[in-house]
Amino acid sequence: MRAFLIYTVDGVTNGMVYAAVALALVMIWRATRIINYAQGAMAMFTTYIAFFVIEHGTPFWLGFVIALAAGLALGAVTERVLVRPVESRPALSAVILTLGLLIFLEALAPMLFGAQVQSFPAPFSRIDLTAGGTQLYFSRFDIFTVGSVLCVMVLLFVLFQRTTIGLRMRAAAFNPEIARILGIRVGRMLTLGWALAALLGALAGLLAAPVLFLYPTNMDEVLVFGFTGAIIGGLESPVGAVVGALGVGLALSYVSGFLGSDLAPLGSLLILMAVLMIRPRGLFGMTRQRQV
Amino acid sequence: MAISVKATLAPLAYVTSSGVLALTAAALEVGDVSVRFGGVVALDGVSLTVDRHEIVGIIGPNGAGKTTLFNAVCRLIAPAGGTISYAGRSLLREKASRLPHLGIARTLQGLGLWPTLTVLENVIAGSPQRTRLFADMLASPASDTRAQTTEGHAMSALGELGIADRARVYPGSLPHGVQKRVVIARALTAQPSLLLLDEPASGLSSAEVEELIVLLRELRTRMGIALVEHHVDMVMAVSDRVTVLNLGRVIASGTPAEIRANTDVSTAYLGQPVAHA
Repeated sequence: MRAFLIYTVDGVTNGMVYAAVALALVMIWRATRIINYAQGAMAMFTTYIAFFVIEHGTPFWLGFVIALAAGLALGAVTERVLVRPVESRPALSAVILTLGLLIFLEALAPMLFGAQVQSFPAPFSRIDLTAGGTQLYFSRFDIFTVGSVLCVMVLLFVLFQRTTIGLRMRAAAFNPEIARILGIRVGRMLTLGWALAALLGALAGLLAAPVLFLYPTNMDEVLVFGFTGAIIGGLESPVGAVVGALGVGLALSYVSGFLGSDLAPLGSLLILMAVLMIRPRGLFGMTRQRQV
Repeated sequence: MAISVKATLAPLAYVTSSGVLALTAAALEVGDVSVRFGGVVALDGVSLTVDRHEIVGIIGPNGAGKTTLFNAVCRLIAPAGGTISYAGRSLLREKASRLPHLGIARTLQGLGLWPTLTVLENVIAGSPQRTRLFADMLASPASDTRAQTTEGHAMSALGELGIADRARVYPGSLPHGVQKRVVIARALTAQPSLLLLDEPASGLSSAEVEELIVLLRELRTRMGIALVEHHVDMVMAVSDRVTVLNLGRVIASGTPAEIRANTDVSTAYLGQPVAHA
């Protein structure tokens, strides 16, 4: 039972990091019909920026904010400079482009910051808390991980559901032509969407680095797990992405805890295959209605 | 600088780029516009004006170039030649998303409603009100006031179309005729001075078409309307002037009575009369 609780807490904590990546992928997919394969590499790169400024004497939290801001900027620049020009080209162009960006960032990072594995500081203790002599199986850092991702999710929910700009982002994502006619600056909405997605990714990178360490490919597995979560959730649904990613986090934690950590990636693929065979649209997937 | 002033019911005042107040009769002026898609000439030297407080019907067989003309006006496609101006201001350098800010609203063929947004959200999305990300996120008092104003305009547009009670439902659950009204309400929430309607009567019952005619006559008191429509009887009933396109060219232009009497128009629609022995 004790092992089960430990693996559950681990699963939820990791699952929240995967959820941040999954949500970022879903946001970009909904807005531009592109899977951003560079999402993990972008997160890795912004984490390196935080690492660099912290190493050079910047206080941790300022470095944290700088990484998030760098994520916003990197997302916006990626959309504006790289994605926009291939917007009207076949979908494969954008796929190749994001794969190219992944390779570019993973090559650039070691040139700028070194290729060796670095330890990245956790903002809070990773030692499990105790209450009245009873061990609780989770640490302050776990609470921070879950809390910060939840906070950003709530903020994004408020943005999309309760503000006019969120409404316009949803409208621009669903039908850009009508949105343009109605005066919505579609390009700006898409840039904002990419920026917010990259912000989420940057947060995931900062939360994953203290656990996974920091090296140029440290987010590759996280991207795969986040992607699996997004697909399980239906790729269209933000709620589905979070639920799917949490499921992946838990499943991987149980597989790696009870069966061995080498089997974790295999477990992720098995879940993906099972969901796609039983429900190809994903758990929360829906048929899109489009006016022809 | 010579300023041309044409006689009109309600001249529209505007400030030119040089800051001179000028008057013009025609709100929308399309001059000698050509559009090509590769080797296909979709529009060939089309000219058209729409004044304020008038309804101009644009009819023609399928493929005549009616929607292409709207798309050119709305900057969704770039003309190969010609001029398009609104209130004396060239639209050729404007982005499509700027047009509602200049007072031009448009509906599309079909519905074009967002099924995942409620009726009210669909209409609010058509409001050209400026948004401010951080103020909106923090729900600042100014942002709240702005949101209330936008919602007020949207509700008033829905009220004008008689569907305010459907504001909170999703458009997919509504009958086609009501969805058509939502589309027009969405265009009206921008409080336009020129309304471009693309087949507003398609799929409507005769009773609904009659109601649409009444609505358009009411709207004419506030704005100019260009109407692309296959429902020729409706166009003839409601339009002040009618322009007929065929194969990308204007083949006739005049009052509904003149158009009815035009043999080129009946030929375009019905073909050459068969000579009897």
